[in-house]
Amino acid sequence: MSDEVLATSAPETSVRPPAGESTELPVVFDVDDLSVYYGNFRAVRDVTMEIRQREITAFIGPSGCGKSTVLRCFNRMNDLVEIARVEGRLTYHGVDLYARGVDPVEVRRRIGMVFQKPNPFPKSIYDNIAFGPKVAGLVKGKSETDDLVEHALRRGALWDEVKDRLKDSAMGLSGGQQQRLCIARAIAVEPEVVLMDEPCSALDPVATARIEDLMMELKDDYTIVIVTHNMQQAARVSDRTAFFVTEVNDTSDVRTGVLVEFDATDKIFSNPEDERTERYVTGRFG
Amino acid sequence: MALSQISVGSDVAAELTRARLTGKRADVSGTAFRTALQIGLSLSVVVLVVLLADVLTGGWSVLTTRLGEFLTSPLRANPAQAGIAQSLAGTLWTGVVVVVLSFPIGIGAAIYLEEYAPQNRLTRFIEVNVRNLAGVPSVVYGILGFTIFVQWSGGFTGGRTALAGGLTLACLVLPIVIITSSEAIRSVPRAIREGGYGVGATQWEIIRTFVLPYAAPGILTGTVLSLARALGEAAPLILVGAVQGRLASQDPIWDPAWLTERFTAMPVTVADWATRPEEGFVANTAAAIVVLLAIVLMFNLGSILLRNRYEKKRHR
Repeated sequence: MSDEVLATSAPETSVRPPAGESTELPVVFDVDDLSVYYGNFRAVRDVTMEIRQREITAFIGPSGCGKSTVLRCFNRMNDLVEIARVEGRLTYHGVDLYARGVDPVEVRRRIGMVFQKPNPFPKSIYDNIAFGPKVAGLVKGKSETDDLVEHALRRGALWDEVKDRLKDSAMGLSGGQQQRLCIARAIAVEPEVVLMDEPCSALDPVATARIEDLMMELKDDYTIVIVTHNMQQAARVSDRTAFFVTEVNDTSDVRTGVLVEFDATDKIFSNPEDERTERYVTGRFG
Repeated sequence: MALSQISVGSDVAAELTRARLTGKRADVSGTAFRTALQIGLSLSVVVLVVLLADVLTGGWSVLTTRLGEFLTSPLRANPAQAGIAQSLAGTLWTGVVVVVLSFPIGIGAAIYLEEYAPQNRLTRFIEVNVRNLAGVPSVVYGILGFTIFVQWSGGFTGGRTALAGGLTLACLVLPIVIITSSEAIRSVPRAIREGGYGVGATQWEIIRTFVLPYAAPGILTGTVLSLARALGEAAPLILVGAVQGRLASQDPIWDPAWLTERFTAMPVTVADWATRPEEGFVANTAAAIVVLLAIVLMFNLGSILLRNRYEKKRHR
């Protein structure tokens, strides 16, 4: 049922606006006045932004400012936390993701996720990729699955390193390889969006550079939202940047994340509107 | 600082450094603690060794001269002819009932508690009670089993039968199976589940593909150990009506007819023989204990082997 809702209202995703007519890409996520609660505690408030197709949007800000919390609303990952609750509007191609009848499993098939710590399944490299497409019913039979596994691993820039040991355990890969496997796993189900929650924070600079290159390549086909602690990374890869801070209530000591500024990455890093943004990106705060 | 200021005679500096680095400090409390731990460990090993030596020497005459006859003969009043065939049959069939009932029910309950039950007061209340049930003395389960499986549902179980005994033992180990399975399921890393949800799998697909295989070694160890415990219980079976003394049924061990007949079991026979005045039953008792221990050790060994196999499969 929800499948239908999402499918009928999603516009043709492969059509880019003709050059010259408009430079703005279509909006994928429209977030309006979003707040996230854990029980009675409001973790994030008043987030308003638009995520556009085939752009990389970066969330930056100090620890605990709610970047990851907001990201996890985009594919309803916060549903796994029983006490989490969302207020405000979050639409995906015009469909409210938190509307009644929307199936979170269907949402996650369209909006994939890569996590902070590489978390391959404790199975073979092949099975890591094949699991998602199998449960989604995307592939039938061995040859189709083989093709898809190869395609996904190539897109994940991992094929050449693992093609001779697809049946080996994914746990034997290096951290950077594991994270590329997780990216390949995410795109194997052919999502439209890939959410990345600090995907490089557990990796060394060389592995980080490879992931960043990969993101730039994937941008041609996917909409990417990335949470990062690394401001240089946001400046290098992203088209738009959202800057969050934690506000501390003086009387109650309650900490709430707020969105301070959301704009083109160039502007955030060169000429931000808000003074707090400027202090953060120039390294004088946070 | 002081060392680096010594400009002449680096030998002197090295000597000073060596003196500081090799100065041994007496760690009295650490050593005492370590010794206490070693004593504790050796005490438990000594107990085990003494026990094994005692039953082996006690049962040696029986085990070496008439082991085959001992294993295949029925219970008899004459100690020189008495055997444990009927007791083995009772232990086998009560064990089968335990495996068939308490394993699936217990593992299922654990999956529900860990994966599906809402985290509220009722769930916590149930969890606490399962833990309490695991601590209830086995005799109490005997009374429960007698009431429910002999008196109330005697029409189904046939009264004081191996089926009633097995059902009683199944109730006894059910809480243990639930607790150990719950703990194994809880130890599955959150990251694996999140990865599954991240590619759009349903909860059941994640449980089936990742959670259960990952938890399998832990579940297996816990359940097999609980089975070993059940097979060593005498008190509840005596209350449910396991026979002490002679038993009419002479069915072969593998005959399921045992389920609906009067029965006895290894620990019951051990308890019975241990109180007999005749000299010959002392050796018989020791021999029966050796056989019972061998069965329990076999289960433990089997569970370890199976666990190792599953853990290899887990792709760590």
